[in-house]
Amino acid sequence: MLSNVGFLSLFFGLISSFVVFLYSVLNIKKNSLNLEKKIYKFLTLQFFFVVISFFILSYSFFISDFSNATVYNNSHSTKPLFYKITGLWGNHEGSLLLWLLVLTSFILFFFFNSKNEIKNFRLYTVIFHQIIVIGFFIFVLKTSNPFDTLFPIPPEGLGLNPILQDPALAIHPPILYVGYVGTSIIFASALAAMVTGYVNSIWAKNLKKWVLISWTFLTGGILLGSIWAYYELGWGGFWFWDPVENISLMPWLSLTALLHCISTLEKRDLLKSWSIILCIVTFMLSITGTFLVRSGILNSVHTFANDPSRGIYILSFLFILIFMSFVIFFIFESKNLENKKQIFFLSKETSVLINNWFMIYFLSVVLIGTVYPIFLDVITSEKISVGPPFYNKLLIPFLVPFFLFMSVGPSMNWIKTNLKFKVSYIYYFLLTSIATGITVYFLSQKNLLTIILIFSLFFLIIKTLPNFLKNNTNNSQNLSHLGFAMLMLSILFNSVTSTEIIKNIKVGDSFISKNEKITFKKVRTEEEKNYSSIIGIFEIKNNNNEIIKLNPAIRIYNQPVVATSEAAIKTTLFKDRFITINLIKDEQLFNVRYQNKPFMIWIWISTLIIIFGGTFAIFSKKKNYP
Amino acid sequence: MEAHLQFLAKKKITLSFLIIAFLVFCFLILNKALNKDKTYSPIFQNEKATYLPNFNLPELFSSNEIVLSEIIKEREFSLINIWASWCVPCREENDLLKSLSNISSLQNIGINYKDKKKNSINFLNDYGNPFKYNLADYNGTESINLGAYGVPETFLINKNRKILLKIIGPIDNDHIKKIKEIIND
Repeated sequence: MLSNVGFLSLFFGLISSFVVFLYSVLNIKKNSLNLEKKIYKFLTLQFFFVVISFFILSYSFFISDFSNATVYNNSHSTKPLFYKITGLWGNHEGSLLLWLLVLTSFILFFFFNSKNEIKNFRLYTVIFHQIIVIGFFIFVLKTSNPFDTLFPIPPEGLGLNPILQDPALAIHPPILYVGYVGTSIIFASALAAMVTGYVNSIWAKNLKKWVLISWTFLTGGILLGSIWAYYELGWGGFWFWDPVENISLMPWLSLTALLHCISTLEKRDLLKSWSIILCIVTFMLSITGTFLVRSGILNSVHTFANDPSRGIYILSFLFILIFMSFVIFFIFESKNLENKKQIFFLSKETSVLINNWFMIYFLSVVLIGTVYPIFLDVITSEKISVGPPFYNKLLIPFLVPFFLFMSVGPSMNWIKTNLKFKVSYIYYFLLTSIATGITVYFLSQKNLLTIILIFSLFFLIIKTLPNFLKNNTNNSQNLSHLGFAMLMLSILFNSVTSTEIIKNIKVGDSFISKNEKITFKKVRTEEEKNYSSIIGIFEIKNNNNEIIKLNPAIRIYNQPVVATSEAAIKTTLFKDRFITINLIKDEQLFNVRYQNKPFMIWIWISTLIIIFGGTFAIFSKKKNYP
Repeated sequence: MEAHLQFLAKKKITLSFLIIAFLVFCFLILNKALNKDKTYSPIFQNEKATYLPNFNLPELFSSNEIVLSEIIKEREFSLINIWASWCVPCREENDLLKSLSNISSLQNIGINYKDKKKNSINFLNDYGNPFKYNLADYNGTESINLGAYGVPETFLINKNRKILLKIIGPIDNDHIKKIKEIIND
């Protein structure tokens, strides 16, 4: 019953979208205030209907209404309330409903927030955005209805995959979706600006907020995903170059390029075509991500039942959008996007361009690594898997010049920079050399590339820090750049200094790792509402005789019955101690994995600094940096 | 001037044509990838191949490298089962595999396919370990070379790696009977 209301509400939402679309088209020729009010009304209505469906699905999860197929497949009556609700977007149908919710709220917010802009620009944005909204409405209703009903009503649900029962992962999709969906506004607005000839500084200035919002949330979403992988997957890594991770990284890279590019457009009225292309590409990458994840195309052999009609729908939708933007771009490109100004060699414009080249290079590497296996499989039937060695080989060497350009770029001036020799450069260089020397000595690193990377990163940090003290400086940019440098440095230190030991030991045994003695004290069992756990009690004694206690566990969930291993992680400012246990069948032994992971927490902290930078930029009122 | 403009227009049309051709190409490839029969078996095509290729894979628990041709010498027959912790039918056939594990002329070899080490160990703890050897094929390439269609899949081979029986999908009681017949011959 309730499910029918939810479905009907979605259907009404679709009708409202059509109405909005029609009114917007009508209003372009006319200039009626009445029509604008109607558009407003139906945009609100469309959002309202999605909210209703969303609440109905949440409520069904809340009361564990197993007559709903989505609830039946993904929930269980004894599940904790928090995971009952977050189970809503832990599955295909529910996550699409969340996607629609964000999509419709954003366009409403855009329309509300853009009253000062040109009428036709707003209308075209709504029109292009409604095409996306309608596309997704039909997708949900036709192929992934979250309100499918079951009869007879099953007494109990199948449960949420325990690996998804984690707070970081529970809030990960909404954050990531805000990032993804934000790019739809950027896309629609870029097409509208092109059609109406509005690609100028004002447009760039207004769009920059949306770019910043998407960028910040996408960064946050990627961070949460990594945190989840680190704490929950129990492998001790945080980034695996998995296709699902790559597809969130790709829009991030093009958004980063766009963020820099749009500033140039704002300040100098330059790089118009390029900005538009980046706007389009960013959204296309977001949809491509949806396509690759949802269609199951990425797994060459697997047993999950996957509905091929979904894949074909998104694929066609994606290509219709690409084709549409392509046609619009070619018709209006020469009319609206002429660049008449010249770019001087030593200027901020050049440094933005260099940033963009690097971003596009990184993006291409990730894109090829992700898509190439699919193409190769179709054309030659050869199966390959692209992993970390590919990305490391192609990306890492290029990071060195990238860091160096990044250190000098922000101090360039718009239009033209006069290169004068300053004594401070010698200080920077000396300081960097000393810092690198000390670090390399302590890490006892002999790898040349690592040393060069450390040097360039220190240079970046040392060059960025004084920027905070300058007057008239863009502190959100400084903050994000600093955060990025720290992130890269932490990842580098972490990867060159991590150690790991795997041992099979009995209760009471101990082993030595580096300067630490790890003792397996005893085993204890505990019962929780939705799982029971076997907890190992470990003590780690370092050479200062300090004792650290770690309690890794094996959890056996009851619905569905799955065992997961919970890593015990002791985080300190300088290193993480990471321990996992596994049972070995029919023996008294436990399989123990002990890892020492220096600077782990700094990876999270520096990403948070990047996000802070983005957040400050969103809320900053002062916009006139040099 | 006019000639120049015409040249530009021509260039633009050529460029558009090329881009559209590329887009159509991408669309066709992706569409084909979607519809592609994902059950693919290079060596077993047309059932011509009768010998299993040799391979080495790491042991699941210890990560020691194991060579197939060496371990199959230990018994007259070897049953190679490709499984994964995320595969539901694998759970169901686990008991049947266990029932085969006490036949003296036969040894069970498990290949853990595209799995997380943690999950696969948990699986063996929960449902029991029917295998004498547990090999791990983390990225799935060896299993594909064997001609596996997916999981579960089972091969019965002799000491010379000759394939005596190939079972696609979960094994059932009829298969067990067949396996026993082949072994007792």
